[in-house]
Amino acid sequence: MLLNQFLLLAAALFSIGVYGVIARRNGVAVLMSIELILNAVNINLIAFSAVHGDLSGQVFALFVIAIAAAEVGVGLAIVLAIYRNRHSVDLDELDLMKG
Amino acid sequence: MALASAASMALPGTDDPINVSQTVGFGVIAVIMVVSALRVVTTRNVVHAAMWLVMVLAGAAAQYVLLAAEFVAVAQVMVYIGAVVVLFLFGVMLTRARLGTDADLTRKNWYGAAFVGVVMLALLSFSLVDTFSDAKVPEDRRTGLAPSVAPGASAEEVEAALADPNVGSNTAAVSDSLFSQYLVPFEVVSVMLTAALIGAIVIARRD
Repeated sequence: MLLNQFLLLAAALFSIGVYGVIARRNGVAVLMSIELILNAVNINLIAFSAVHGDLSGQVFALFVIAIAAAEVGVGLAIVLAIYRNRHSVDLDELDLMKG
Repeated sequence: MALASAASMALPGTDDPINVSQTVGFGVIAVIMVVSALRVVTTRNVVHAAMWLVMVLAGAAAQYVLLAAEFVAVAQVMVYIGAVVVLFLFGVMLTRARLGTDADLTRKNWYGAAFVGVVMLALLSFSLVDTFSDAKVPEDRRTGLAPSVAPGASAEEVEAALADPNVGSNTAAVSDSLFSQYLVPFEVVSVMLTAALIGAIVIARRD
């Protein structure tokens, strides 16, 4: 197998995730797009780990999985707090910090 | 030639053998993953987006198995599909009561975001093809473990242990690496998970 097929798949997932982060208005949908980006990074780490025969890539993929879980927990807690205060998770309406 | 081509055949234009079954499996899973990822960011129903995300995550786990990273694949299934997607569904349930289609899920000017995504994909693809055009994943993807030498072994026993390649499962090698070389980052991650858990409770609590 070529290394490039995994890297191109990860690049496609990363670009789709970037599109989702920019285009989505719902806070939960944006968090899902961030998960796509983190998965693309993980595929890259595992692919390079296999190519170099070095397991550090797999260990760091496990770290990325753990950090993604923590990020989703805190992110959804923030979305819930925003929903309780503003009764909306529409990111276009969250302009409190606009001058 | 006919028998040999069933297992491996030369890459067009070169003499390098490629494993046909693995490459076909990769292609099928990759197409499923890309289509599902596109549905995640385009569907008008948040719950459907979570279900398509399950397809992407399961496909990623399958790719990890293809790359002989079985422990990461199992962790992916347990953490992502088991926990994160359930968390997403709870988030959808608690933030929006109606589960039907929602036309406002995507911005009006989504084509700007699509332009950014396409340009990013083009740049990444060009640089990747340019840089890693001939890099290949090795056929034998098991990693050697540290040679097992008993404490106080004689020089001959050490020589014998070094001569015998201690090839085992990647899971054993990952655990060796995680609990020796990367022990401090591992502990830091566990502290961070605790901090994130307490932080999430504090943020989401109704006070």
